[in-house]
Amino acid sequence: MKHFLSVLFLLYFLPSMAGEIRVCSSCEIKTVKQAIEMAQSGDTISIEEGIYKESDITIINKSLHIKGINYPVIDAGMNGTAFAIKAEGVTIEGLKIINIGRSHTKDYAAILLNGSQNFTLKNNILENVFFGFLIEKSDNGLIEGNRIEGEGIDQANSGNAIHLWNSNEITIKNNHVKEMRDGIYIEFGKNCKIINNVCEKNLRYGLHFMFSDSNSYIGNTFEDNGAGVAVMFSKHIEMKKNLFKKNWGPASYGLLLKEISDATLEHNIFEDNTIAVNADGTTRVEFIENDFKNNGYAIKVHGGAYTTSFTRNNFLHNSFDVGYSGRLNDNTFSGNYWTNYSGYDLDKDNIGDVAYRPVKLFSHIVNQTPEAIVLLRSLFIDIMDFSEKVSPIFTPKELIDPHPQMKRILW
Amino acid sequence: MFKILKYSFYDLSRSRWSYVYFLFYLLLGFTLLFLNNDLSGAVITMMNVIIVLVPLIGTIFGVMYYYDSKEFTELLLAQPIKRKSIFLGQYFGVAISLAASLILGLGIPFVAYGLFQSGAIWDFVILLVTGVFLTFIFTALAFNIALSNENKIKGFGFAILLWLFLAVIYDGIFLMALVHFQEYPLDKFALIATMGNPIDLSRILILLKLDISALLGYTGAVFKNFFGTSMGTILSLGMLSLWVILPVWRISAKAKKKDF
Amino acid sequence: MVTIESLYKKFGKNEVLKGIDLTIKDGGIIAVLGPNGSGKTTLIKSILGMVIPNKGTISINGQNIKKDWKYRKEIDYLPQIANFPGNLTVQELIKMIKDLRDKPANDDELIAFFKLENFLDKKLVTLSGGTKQKVNLVLTFMFNSPLVILDEPTSGLDPISLIRLKEWIHKEKAKGKTILITSHIMSFVEEIAEDLLFILEGKIYFNGSVQELKKQTGQTDFEHAIANILTEHHV
Repeated sequence: MKHFLSVLFLLYFLPSMAGEIRVCSSCEIKTVKQAIEMAQSGDTISIEEGIYKESDITIINKSLHIKGINYPVIDAGMNGTAFAIKAEGVTIEGLKIINIGRSHTKDYAAILLNGSQNFTLKNNILENVFFGFLIEKSDNGLIEGNRIEGEGIDQANSGNAIHLWNSNEITIKNNHVKEMRDGIYIEFGKNCKIINNVCEKNLRYGLHFMFSDSNSYIGNTFEDNGAGVAVMFSKHIEMKKNLFKKNWGPASYGLLLKEISDATLEHNIFEDNTIAVNADGTTRVEFIENDFKNNGYAIKVHGGAYTTSFTRNNFLHNSFDVGYSGRLNDNTFSGNYWTNYSGYDLDKDNIGDVAYRPVKLFSHIVNQTPEAIVLLRSLFIDIMDFSEKVSPIFTPKELIDPHPQMKRILW
Repeated sequence: MFKILKYSFYDLSRSRWSYVYFLFYLLLGFTLLFLNNDLSGAVITMMNVIIVLVPLIGTIFGVMYYYDSKEFTELLLAQPIKRKSIFLGQYFGVAISLAASLILGLGIPFVAYGLFQSGAIWDFVILLVTGVFLTFIFTALAFNIALSNENKIKGFGFAILLWLFLAVIYDGIFLMALVHFQEYPLDKFALIATMGNPIDLSRILILLKLDISALLGYTGAVFKNFFGTSMGTILSLGMLSLWVILPVWRISAKAKKKDF
Repeated sequence: MVTIESLYKKFGKNEVLKGIDLTIKDGGIIAVLGPNGSGKTTLIKSILGMVIPNKGTISINGQNIKKDWKYRKEIDYLPQIANFPGNLTVQELIKMIKDLRDKPANDDELIAFFKLENFLDKKLVTLSGGTKQKVNLVLTFMFNSPLVILDEPTSGLDPISLIRLKEWIHKEKAKGKTILITSHIMSFVEEIAEDLLFILEGKIYFNGSVQELKKQTGQTDFEHAIANILTEHHV
C-alpha cells in the first residue's frame, strides 16, 4: 500500500517537475536559442512580449512546449528558417514569426518539422514568410488558429503556407491563409482533416492535394485564389460544405479534379468562378446537393470520366452549365435544378416533363474555337442553341438530365 | 432645330406608343427584379433584352414615326425653316423620347430595389449608356431607311432586315468565319468584327463590365487589354459615337436633296 | 414677283416638268389648272422649295430661292392633304406654327370667321375632314404674307364654309396679295380667278385671263372651254 501511494505521489508531481523557462529582454535568459539549449524534454518555454532577432532555432529530441505571451516577435531577418524541429510532442503557440528568407534551392520556413510526431502548432501569426509550416514525415499533429500571410508577389518567390509531405493524421483547423503560393499543400498524406479554414488570394491554389488518399476537407472558404482547390492523383477524398468563390481568371477554376477516384462532394457552394469544377479523369465521384451560382462554366468535363454522378445540385445562372468533351460513358446527371431549364411540369410533381440538355452547342464550338466566345449571349447563338436543343446533332444526344427539378433544391 | 425637337418630343410624349414602351420596360424591370431579387443577375438578363429589343424598337419606332408624320413634315417644309432642322429635330425628338422611356422604365424599378446601395450601379450605368447609344444609332438608321424609301411597306421591310442583319445574321457570318479560319490568329479579326457592329460592340462592353471577361480566356485577355484601358474605352465610345454621327450626317445630306 | 426660267423636273424616269417659263406679277388671283399628273403640284412645290428642280431657276422678287429658306417667310401655303400630328389640340397646333414662324398673326379673327371656337381644345385626330381643312385654312391665312399658295382649298368644305372661304380670298386679294390656287372645281375657279395657268404634260399650255381663254377656244362657258383644251389636245 505504501508502495502504491508513493507511485501515486510520483505521478502527481511528475508534470510539475517539468520546468518553465522564461525568456524576455530583462530576464536572465534573453534568447530563445539559449532557452532551448538549457531546457529539458517536457519543459515549457514562455517567451514574453518583445522582438527576438533569431533564426535557425533548432530543437532536436526535446519535447518542448514553446509559448508566446502577447505575441513576441521572432524576426528571422530574411536569414533562412526560424524554427527547425526534429522532436516528438512539440507545441508552439502564440508566436509571431516574420521575415523568412527566400531561396530557390532551399525551402526556408517559419517552422520546419521533420520526423516530429504528435506536434501542435496553434494560434501563431506568420508574416512575410517564404514557407509557413513545412511539415515532413511527421504524423498526428494539430495545426489550429494560425494566421499566415505572404507578400503574394510571384510564384517563384512564394512558398506554401501549410505544406505537408509524407505526413498522416494531421488536423488543420480554423487557419487563415493569405497571399502565399498554395494555401495548404498536401503530398503523400493520409487521413488528414482540413476544417473551417479560410484560404484567400493565394497565387496558385487555396488547397492542393497530390497523391494523398483518404482525406477530408469540410467547411473551408476558398476565395480569389489562382485556383480554389486542386485535387490530383488521390482517392477517397471527402469534400463538404466548402465555399469556392471568385476564383476568377483566364485559366482559373474553383475546383480542379485530376485523376481522382471515389470522392464525394456534398453541400459545397461554387460562386463566381470562371470554371467552378474542372474535371479531368474522375472515377466514382459523386456530386450531391451542391450549389453552382454565377460561374462561367459550372462543370467542365475533359474526358476520362467514369461513374461520375451529379444528383440534386442547383445550377443557378451560369454562363455554361456543362462543358463536356469525350464520351458520356456511365456518367449521369439526374434530379438537378437548372435555372436555364425552360421546360414545363404539367403533372405538378415538381419534375420537369421534358429532359434538360445541359451541354449547349455553343460551348461545344468554344471548345474547338476559343475565340468564338466573343459571341457569348448574342441572339444568333441563342437561336443556334435553341435549334440544337430541339434536335441535337453536334452535342451528345444521351447527355441529359431526365428529371430536372422545377424548384431550387433546399439542403 | 430645337423648336422642332421640342414639338416632336412633346408630340411623342403624348403618344400611346411611348407609354407602351415605357410601361414595357417598367414591367420588365419589376418582373425581373421580383423573380431574381438580385440586382447583378437582373442586369445580365436585362443585357440580353437591351441588345436585342432596343435596336428593334428604335428601328421600328423611327420608321413608323417618319411615315406617320409625313404630312406634318410637309407642313413644316412650307414654313421658313431649314430642312436640316426639321429632320434632325424630328430625329432627336424620337431618339430622346425613346431614350427617356428606357432610362425611366428601367431606372425606376432598379432604384426602387436599392440600386444606389448596390455594387451593381456601374453595371447598370453602362447598361443604360449602351442602351441610349443603341437607341440613337438605330433610330438614325431607321430615319435613313425611311428617307430613302417612299414606300412604307418597303421601308418597314428594309428596317426589319437591317435589324435582323445586325442582331443575328452578322454574328452568324462572324461565327462561321471564326470556325473556318480557326488555325489562324483571330484576336485582331474578332476585335475588328466586334467594332464593326454596334450591337456586338455594346454586348462586349457590357460583358466586360459584368466581369465575364475571364470566361473569355485568352481572347478575353486581348479584349480586356483593349477595352480595359482608357484608350480602348475612348475608342469604343468613339466608335459608338461614329455609329450615331454617320447616319445623322446622312439624314441631313439626304434631306437636303429630297423632293416632297 | 415670281420668275421661273426653263424649269425641268424628273421623278425617276417620269418627266413631270418639261421646261416651264413663267412670270407671276404681284397682285391678283391665278388659278393653276390641268389634268391629274400634269405637274401642278410639282410646280407649286418647286416654288416652295419642297421639290428640288433638275434644271432651271426660280426667283422671288429677284432672289434665287436655291438653297435658301428665309424667303418662305413671305409665303403662306395651304397643303393639299391636311394631316397634322394627332396628339396635339387645335389650339396647340396654332400656337406651335405661330411659334415656329415667329411673326404676328391674326388667328383669333380667322377662328371666329371659320367658327372654330368650339374645336380649339379638341385633339386633331378627332376632327372631321372638313374641320381639319378649316384649321388648315386658319394656319395658312393667319400670317398675312404677300404670296399665298392654296392647293385644293375647297376639299371637304361644306357650302357655308365654302362661301366664307371665297369671301376671305376676296378680302386678301383686295389687300393686293398674289394668290395662287389649284382646284378641280371649275365653278369655284371661274368665280374667283382672273388669270389662268393651264399646265399639260409638264408644259404651260395656256397663260392668260378667263376672257382670253373663252375667246381662244370659241366657247362661252368656262367649263366647256377647259374641256375644249383637253379634247383638242387629245385629238
